[in-house]
Amino acid sequence: MTRASALFARLLKIYNHITQPLVDFQGIHVLLEVKNLKVYYDVDKGSVRAVDGVSFSLGSGETLGVVGESGCGKSSLAGALLRILPSNARVEGDTVLFDGIDLLKLPEERMRREVRWKRIAMVFQGSMNALNPIIRVGDQIAEAILLHENGVSKKEALERAVELLEMVGLDRSTVRRYPFELSGGQRQRALIAMALALNPKLLIADEPTTALDVIVQAQLLKLLKGLQNKLKLSILFISHDVAVIASISDWVAVMYAGKIVEMGKAGDILLEPTHPYTQALVNAVPSIKETRKTFKFIAGQPPDLLDPPPGCRFHPRCPYANEKCRSEEPLHIEIGKEHYVACHLAGDRE
Amino acid sequence: MSQPLLKVVNLRKWFPLRRSISDTLLRKPRAYIKAVDGISFEIMPGEIFTLAGESGCGKTTTGRLTLKLEEPDSGQIVFEGRDISKAQGDELKEFRKKAQIIFQDPYESLNPLMKVVDIVTEPLVIHALLDGREEKIEAASKALEMVALTPPENFLYRFPHELSGGQRQRVAIARTLVLKPQYIVADEPVSMLDVSIRASILKLLLEIREKFGVAYLFITHDLALAKHISDRIAIMYLGKIVEMGDSEKVLTDPAHPYTKALIAALPSPDPHEKIGELPIIGEVVSAANPPPGCRFHPRCPYAMEKCRVIEPPLIKLRENHVAACHIL
Repeated sequence: MTRASALFARLLKIYNHITQPLVDFQGIHVLLEVKNLKVYYDVDKGSVRAVDGVSFSLGSGETLGVVGESGCGKSSLAGALLRILPSNARVEGDTVLFDGIDLLKLPEERMRREVRWKRIAMVFQGSMNALNPIIRVGDQIAEAILLHENGVSKKEALERAVELLEMVGLDRSTVRRYPFELSGGQRQRALIAMALALNPKLLIADEPTTALDVIVQAQLLKLLKGLQNKLKLSILFISHDVAVIASISDWVAVMYAGKIVEMGKAGDILLEPTHPYTQALVNAVPSIKETRKTFKFIAGQPPDLLDPPPGCRFHPRCPYANEKCRSEEPLHIEIGKEHYVACHLAGDRE
Repeated sequence: MSQPLLKVVNLRKWFPLRRSISDTLLRKPRAYIKAVDGISFEIMPGEIFTLAGESGCGKTTTGRLTLKLEEPDSGQIVFEGRDISKAQGDELKEFRKKAQIIFQDPYESLNPLMKVVDIVTEPLVIHALLDGREEKIEAASKALEMVALTPPENFLYRFPHELSGGQRQRVAIARTLVLKPQYIVADEPVSMLDVSIRASILKLLLEIREKFGVAYLFITHDLALAKHISDRIAIMYLGKIVEMGDSEKVLTDPAHPYTKALIAALPSPDPHEKIGELPIIGEVVSAANPPPGCRFHPRCPYAMEKCRVIEPPLIKLRENHVAACHIL
């Protein structure tokens, strides 16, 4: 082998290394990688640790469901990714790597121009509040397009709006309608159309179906799943409803008091939960397929995040808690393939 | 068979809509929201009867009608064998001692300026059943113990804002219990609460039934929950009952296409079961102008000519199971 070809081979290797996208071992492109993210709200009495050291990654075209009860930090997490939190929020952490860009270090101007809506879009709960009541639906979608894309005429933008509305299963006449003329389900569809107007790679959906009736909810969940396949979207789906999470997610992260307590494939987490909190949460959900059972619940209250308990944050409510749980914070351990749990007793508890 | 505690016959409540000036001048007939449009059911003593359906189907209005919080336009409400549909004054007051309500939102239903002790005993004050401060504290303590807010001293002098959602709902339940009612309307009592808290409130409601033989009219949109808590269930659609019977039968072997669709649309907690094909289309239409014939026909995959014209009556399918559909 000549020196020249050896050098060439080395250069090629370096080139490949640089250009290679982040790939996990399954060969799926990692779109979002969050490491040790923290969101603290400064209030008079101190700081509320709403999100306290959360790490996860999300692959292209996959759905991560984040499930937890009110106040567990799931919405703060979503807000932190888009950097749309109230002014008393402090976002800290190691990295939020989105498609190779660290969002924590990105200047606000670039965040606004290049990331928010364009590459990461969001759909919220409460579709009436998210749409401007006195502007026609089509104009609202067109506005988003015009703001972010140069050289597009109003007419082209409106044509795109019609296409988008049809894509989410609405009639093209919706473009001329006002939000109040639409039903709850139609409004939520219009919001999805608006979120997808700029072809984002990641959609953050924060309780998008919560205020809706079951049939409309089912239609929307199916729509989201279909759009995801068609557009190769990644979805971060936030909900308090275990059953909704189960029906849409590939991966599930369970949050409790600002931390992810268990994370893994949806089937592993929801069918064979390991963390006592996940077990209790899953057990508390009644299923229509089961015959009557006694209701299982978790005694006590979630902790005050101004002053969370030491050790494992779930220990005051955990039936298995021991001395170690009260003093030492459990780290994530991998108990199965890509199944992580933060519990001292995982593995040796039956 | 014993006598039903509550019997409702052909109950109807239409809410008038405001007419525009032009409609008034043109003498167009006034439009109504037909919230409850001729429904009948019975609740036995100690029974949990669920009314389920989507928003706007009239389930809450029905609950309020049975308590006379709304005046029915027509129909009968018979409580313990007495027709109370026209009851007023003392007779109504007497009835209200026996019938109570728990609301959905414990953040709205408790007066923020009153302490727990006063909230819980307010019904006793209204009915002039208390004699002095000590009796009041005793009654409140007893009620708080029944809802497991113990020790009661820790809660008596707190304000609602100092309590969590679950605790507030317990206070609301304690308030209904002080009059020892036989009938409680529970209007979505847990839908504002987190799952982990929800189960404990449901358990409490069941315990109260065991202890005092209270009958509930349980209003919910959550069919899975209904299956686990209720004895009998009625499914409502646009002001009508479309299917009714033993909840186990109705929910495991539904007959009406609407009930079937509601069940098919429920997400399963098992991630391997994805949401199946949805047999029905569209969304609930307005109750102001319900379609003729069967109200469900525009969304029904099996609709025939007859469904567009003739309204189907409730027919008996088997013991304790009726449904209103022409194809049955």
